[in-house]
Amino acid sequence: MSFDYLDFERPIAELQQKIEELRRMGTDSEINISEEITRLEKKIIELTVAIFSNLNASQVVQLARHPKRPYTQDYIDRIFTDFVELKGDRSVSEGPAIVAGMARLDGIPVMVLGHQKGRKTKEKLYRNFGMPRPEEYRKALRIMKMAEKFGMPIITFIDTPGAYPGIGAEKHNQSEAIARNLFEMSNMRTPIICTVIGEGGSGGALALAVGDRLFMLEHSIYSTISPEGCASILWRSQDKTKEAAEAMRVTATDLRELGLNDKIIDEPLGGAHRDHDEIARRVKEVLVDTLNVLKNEPMEQLLEARYQRLRQYGQNQNS
Amino acid sequence: MSWFKKLFPSKVSTEQSSKKGVPEGLWSQCDKCSAILYGPELQRSLYVCPKCNHHMRIGARERLTRFLDKHGQVEIASDVEPIDHLKFRDSKKYKDRIAAAQKKTGEKEGMIVFRGKLCGIPIVASSFDFSFVGGSMGTAVGERFVRGVESAMEQGVPFVSFAQSGGARMQEGLFSLMQMSKTSGALARLAKANLPYISVLVHPTTGGVSASLATLGDVVIAEPNALIGFAGPRVIEQTVRETLPEGFQRSEFLLEHGAIDMIVDRRDQREKIANILSLLTNKEVILSGEDIKSGKDESAE
Repeated sequence: MSFDYLDFERPIAELQQKIEELRRMGTDSEINISEEITRLEKKIIELTVAIFSNLNASQVVQLARHPKRPYTQDYIDRIFTDFVELKGDRSVSEGPAIVAGMARLDGIPVMVLGHQKGRKTKEKLYRNFGMPRPEEYRKALRIMKMAEKFGMPIITFIDTPGAYPGIGAEKHNQSEAIARNLFEMSNMRTPIICTVIGEGGSGGALALAVGDRLFMLEHSIYSTISPEGCASILWRSQDKTKEAAEAMRVTATDLRELGLNDKIIDEPLGGAHRDHDEIARRVKEVLVDTLNVLKNEPMEQLLEARYQRLRQYGQNQNS
Repeated sequence: MSWFKKLFPSKVSTEQSSKKGVPEGLWSQCDKCSAILYGPELQRSLYVCPKCNHHMRIGARERLTRFLDKHGQVEIASDVEPIDHLKFRDSKKYKDRIAAAQKKTGEKEGMIVFRGKLCGIPIVASSFDFSFVGGSMGTAVGERFVRGVESAMEQGVPFVSFAQSGGARMQEGLFSLMQMSKTSGALARLAKANLPYISVLVHPTTGGVSASLATLGDVVIAEPNALIGFAGPRVIEQTVRETLPEGFQRSEFLLEHGAIDMIVDRRDQREKIANILSLLTNKEVILSGEDIKSGKDESAE
């Protein structure tokens, strides 16, 4: 199986290739090579553990953007039942960069929404590379309000390079569309659980990420600006992207240390893209557990706690 | 300091001390029409060029103290100072950038909040200071803003914000992005309390500030010809590979596309906003002598 190895995974890829060569040889050779293969397979695991336990920020960025990483729809298919997709902002357009609809999570009716990137060129274009425009935010808000109306908890998946910087997006007041979601979500009378599954890019991510819990997958990132954007503004050089990624502390682990997410969901060894079923199972477990806690909280208490989460961000803790 | 400057005693130093927000020297030049303008007159016209109406930059403190009635101004949250959460460093240390901005502006942070009265109507008003790290929103900026909103709620009075910012302050990492939801969350509570929120957009207002507190006003007002948008024009140009239309993302463009209610000259803002608040809260406006003689009428040709 090919995993589209990243540059820092080259030693793993080389071992894998060796194993495959041995297997091919094995069929027309008399020596017993299965022992050698077992030895190499063990080594691959050790090597993968070693590499993945010591990732730097820009390697995590690469993993968060991995082309085979599971996207929102992959999670919807594996975690929820009875999914009914809902479309359109009711005024301008559909908005395929966010996929949304109603479904059941462990039997409970919920609304599920998330940024959707595409796999192949045609789908990538259709999904606008997961970059939402005002239509997407307004569609999301419409559907979240429906969730509030029918007492359905909201589950969001965050995976976007950021809001789309286009002429039409500005004409349709992208700023207000994002702001409105923050404003409404902060006070929406239903539990909201947010999970960053890949890239949490700036305001485009935040517009689906105001809620009662924020989870992040182990190799996901969340940042105010992309490392590339930060490098070109502050360092005036694209070559400094690695430095920017480190300095901004964009990884799930860094943000956990800073108290900016509630929990890290561990990925299968080598990254979520290696086992979509397994990562979906883990995400589901966390979502179901959390929902069972949140659904029993009195609404006023839930909203007060949600506001206090926002309120304490960056308060003068140490000065 | 270069060696020859050291030769002069400080009294005859050639370096001009820059008073907050006031252009250096007695005479200055309009950035737009190049008219030579007399300092005190420019100050009286709130840094709007009397010749071409170009709105020049004004410091946050000066803006607010001249926007509010002279009596009863009380600053809020001035004790909230920037924090270097990440020990951030690019080509410069964030700490040093802050220190330089503090020295330059004489302010501790790029957000100033006052409680006071506007033509007799009690309000809380806030303003970004663009000279302070590009008016960027970090945690202390967000915190000061939210304390202002909370003060308005405690007193049951309207809130007026002047936004002018390049966006979230990336040197504070994700903490700065969280100020978008924090300020929007506070405004949602203000709205729930049925208290008016008036947002004034000043050149330039972009990024995370535009995509949060700035666009959430019950009434959204822009100063003339201000650049207002989510993405900066250069980023958009690079993405769509098209030249942007004339006037794109300017106040007049926003008005045409329904993003704002009106464009109001800085010299008319006191009266205009007082009138709006008077209608929204059914309170009486008391025009003082300063309103009658100051501003546009005097400086008009």
